[in-house]
Amino acid sequence: MRHQRVAATERRPRKLRYLPIALLTLLFTACNQEDLPQNTLEPAGPLARDIDGLWNLVFWIAVVIFVLVQAALIISIVRHRRRPDGTERPIKQVHGNTRLEVIWTIIPAVILGAIAVPTVATLFDLRERPANIDVEVNVIGHQWWWEFEYPEYGFVTANELHIPAGETVYLTMTSADVIHSFWVPKLNGKRDVVPGRVSNLALIADEPTDPDTPLLGQCAEFCGLAHADMRVKVFVHTPEDFEAWARAQAQPAVIPTEGLAAEGFETFGQICAACHVIDGTEYQVNLAPNLTHFASRTSFGGASFDNTEEHLRQWLRNPASLKPMDPDRNDIPAGRILGMPNFGLDEGQIDGLIALLEGLE
Amino acid sequence: MATITHHEPDTTVDIKGDRGIWSWITTVDHKRIGILYGWSALFFFLIGGIEALVIRAQLAGPNGTVISAEAYNQLFTMHGTTMVFLAIMPIASAFTNYFLPLMIGARDVAFPRLNAFSYWVFFVGGIFLYSSFFLGGSPDGGWFGYAPLSIQVNEAVRMDYWAMGLLVLGTASIASSANFIATILTMRAPGMTLMRMPVFVWMMLVVSFLLIFSLPTVTVGLFQVIFDRNFGTLFYAAAAGGDPLLWQHLFWLFGHPEVYVLILPAMGIVSEVLPVFSRKPLFGYAFVVFSGIAIGFMGFGVWSHHMFTAGLGPVAEAGFAISTMLIAVPTGIKIFNWIGTTWGGSIRFATPMLFALGFISMFVIGGLSGVTHSIAPADWQQTDTYYVVAHFHYVLFGGAVLGFFSGVYYWFPKITGKMLDERLGKIHFWSMLVGFNLTFAPMHILGLNGMPRRTYRFDEDLGYDFWNLVATIGAFLIAAAMLVFLWNLIKTRRSGEPAGADPWDARTVEWMTSSPPPVHNFDEIPQVEARDELWHRKYTEDENGYLVARDDPDLPAIMTRTADDDDEDHGDIHMPSPSYYPALAAVGMGIFAYGIVYQPWGFIAAVAGALVTAWGIFGWSMEPVTREEH
Repeated sequence: MRHQRVAATERRPRKLRYLPIALLTLLFTACNQEDLPQNTLEPAGPLARDIDGLWNLVFWIAVVIFVLVQAALIISIVRHRRRPDGTERPIKQVHGNTRLEVIWTIIPAVILGAIAVPTVATLFDLRERPANIDVEVNVIGHQWWWEFEYPEYGFVTANELHIPAGETVYLTMTSADVIHSFWVPKLNGKRDVVPGRVSNLALIADEPTDPDTPLLGQCAEFCGLAHADMRVKVFVHTPEDFEAWARAQAQPAVIPTEGLAAEGFETFGQICAACHVIDGTEYQVNLAPNLTHFASRTSFGGASFDNTEEHLRQWLRNPASLKPMDPDRNDIPAGRILGMPNFGLDEGQIDGLIALLEGLE
Repeated sequence: MATITHHEPDTTVDIKGDRGIWSWITTVDHKRIGILYGWSALFFFLIGGIEALVIRAQLAGPNGTVISAEAYNQLFTMHGTTMVFLAIMPIASAFTNYFLPLMIGARDVAFPRLNAFSYWVFFVGGIFLYSSFFLGGSPDGGWFGYAPLSIQVNEAVRMDYWAMGLLVLGTASIASSANFIATILTMRAPGMTLMRMPVFVWMMLVVSFLLIFSLPTVTVGLFQVIFDRNFGTLFYAAAAGGDPLLWQHLFWLFGHPEVYVLILPAMGIVSEVLPVFSRKPLFGYAFVVFSGIAIGFMGFGVWSHHMFTAGLGPVAEAGFAISTMLIAVPTGIKIFNWIGTTWGGSIRFATPMLFALGFISMFVIGGLSGVTHSIAPADWQQTDTYYVVAHFHYVLFGGAVLGFFSGVYYWFPKITGKMLDERLGKIHFWSMLVGFNLTFAPMHILGLNGMPRRTYRFDEDLGYDFWNLVATIGAFLIAAAMLVFLWNLIKTRRSGEPAGADPWDARTVEWMTSSPPPVHNFDEIPQVEARDELWHRKYTEDENGYLVARDDPDLPAIMTRTADDDDEDHGDIHMPSPSYYPALAAVGMGIFAYGIVYQPWGFIAAVAGALVTAWGIFGWSMEPVTREEH
């Protein structure tokens, strides 16, 4: 982390009797966490790296100015403090100095002009539509989850974005309700997702991620109750693995015909199908996350909860106990969905639904 | 109208001897109104601070369970709304009300009853906003109230309270701004040219113009929100062709000048305090004044830097990036001039000076992080993260709040005649400075590490635990510092040292009267011959420009008089008589606001409230200006 690097370069030989320095070192060690999953300072792709480069430049200029101004202030007040005995040295009544003031007007203007050039250049570069787009994804922001449609492959998924490494992924985004902001810090800056408007964002990742440690992101525009739980995971694959993943996702669901899972499918038809889609079935009301390949996802509920039986059970017993929601204000005919209601499912129904969901590979 | 002809000015009670609640409700004395503003601002500052403490308690560790998401969203909305509209703006109003007339050698503001009206409208607006806590939950859509979230759940009244509350508070600000402008332009003492005015007065002139020009845009937006929510319009309904980004433009075209509304008064205070405690004139008065004016103008050209990720297109983003960089230039000028003021002086580290120096030091950090926002691509990463929270707290807390505390310690003796305790003041300053930095410096790191704002919890896998804990500890240290301050107020009330008219060896006209000043401010309006009039009556410069005390300082007699022996008859000085009509008009606005919230039946209350306001305004415009002659 940049803040610690400052400390590291300035750190003196550690001696125990220098308690303050030891304490500071402790502080900096404590914050010296590498591999933070949403760290803007550890870019994992060229676009985020461009931004980080620009930030680095400005940061160090700011550090220099910070040190100079604070030093000037401290030197001035220490040197010109009143004498302890209360006697007064002669004080020249300076009313100003036009030449000096013009100089300290011009110098900041010049520095800012120098910063403006790379800023504007980077800005236009990054805002340009990429020349070749490898994968297109349509993104719809919902309260409080992300819907991802891969139009070339013809399937829809939620909250977990899969992309190929080294290729240009182009997001075309809009919102179903209020303003959200799509943000995966290691790949690019954020971009607002506005109802009634279309916005775009390019993502390029350097290399595949470990399946256990995907890149993380979060909705960055306050969007109501569960804004904090509107997260996103990005799994970066090799192009071949990505292709295989996408083809599997494009398959319709395998519908269970017997056992608990079949009972669950029946419950699904009675209750869940009012909002959820399973491809390959008649249930096509798309107001909530598409569950066709639910079991292939590592998380649910806005990528906030690990996809485990325990979490699923808690969710089905009372969704709002995991994630704050406001389903009492749902207005399904108007398409306003503010969360999943508590349907008062009995344990048998819950067992069935869990069996169904865990089978939707 | 019967009520008006019936109104007999109450001649049995002398204004200056007035005591009791009724005298405060009917007062039109700018000093008493200033005191009302001050106590109200402190009250709301403490409420907003308690909200912040609950927020920090919730975020002390991952997946906090102190409060629910619903409560959290209400708290951060109310914390922001409170601190901006109910704490920092009114504390600036408090100082302006009290000291603007004193600093320009006037007996009152131009429109004393309008002044009372402003205060009571502000007060009613604050009560109105906070009553929502007990009437179904307070606003939860953020202080910026982005549409369409703000209009989404129109069956809940929370955001109605927010929108109506802001409209009521905006009315108060418009009225007081018009009043301050009229006062500054027309009521200066003879000889006080514009370029002899104290910098604080200059800054309040700029602030007043900023409010007059910026509040109308947000007023339009708030009307649209209220109509969308209550009367079926579709300004912000995207499905019907409304555009949510319109709100962002209307809000930030107000909201960015508002930032300067919050910081310029503190800059003015610091520009008063530094010369006094350095025993030197302000370095480059003209540069400081004109950079303040420049900030005022440029403040209207930078609003879209709040919208760099909204999708305005690269040309607009580049334009606003450059304008945002430019506004750093006049801000930098001020900082350099303040340091120049201390250079070569004889600096006393009294508490007002400590807070003023703390202001400069912290504001530099907030200013530099502000420049990093103008780097639009970097802002795509940082906006809506804790980095921004860190930035604007360095500006508004490290800047405005420290500046205002400087003003409190500096002017408290003038207001009360007693000195705040210096030892407690220093403890207050240092603990607040340390607590402030512990709270907000880590937020830079959290934001750069990708922690978004307005999130009621964070997962442990994100690595935000440590710095959040530090921030929470810092917040409670700030609370402890505030307790020291409150104790200082109590202690000073009991056993404060008497101040005298001019305890700091100050420079400006407000010190040329007794502490506290009489109702009529000055027995004789001072004839102003120099910038820093009082200083020039006490000191002069030798041929080399060095400070020399005058042998025969020309000080008005009132400065050596205490409040006790002010029993002379000032019957020849006419001060406006008290009036309850301004407060009545304000109460009507409160009734009106409740009426609008509760549609459709509230319509009756809205009409009744409007009539009460009309009655109040009519009443005060028709009543006699001064009490009858005897």
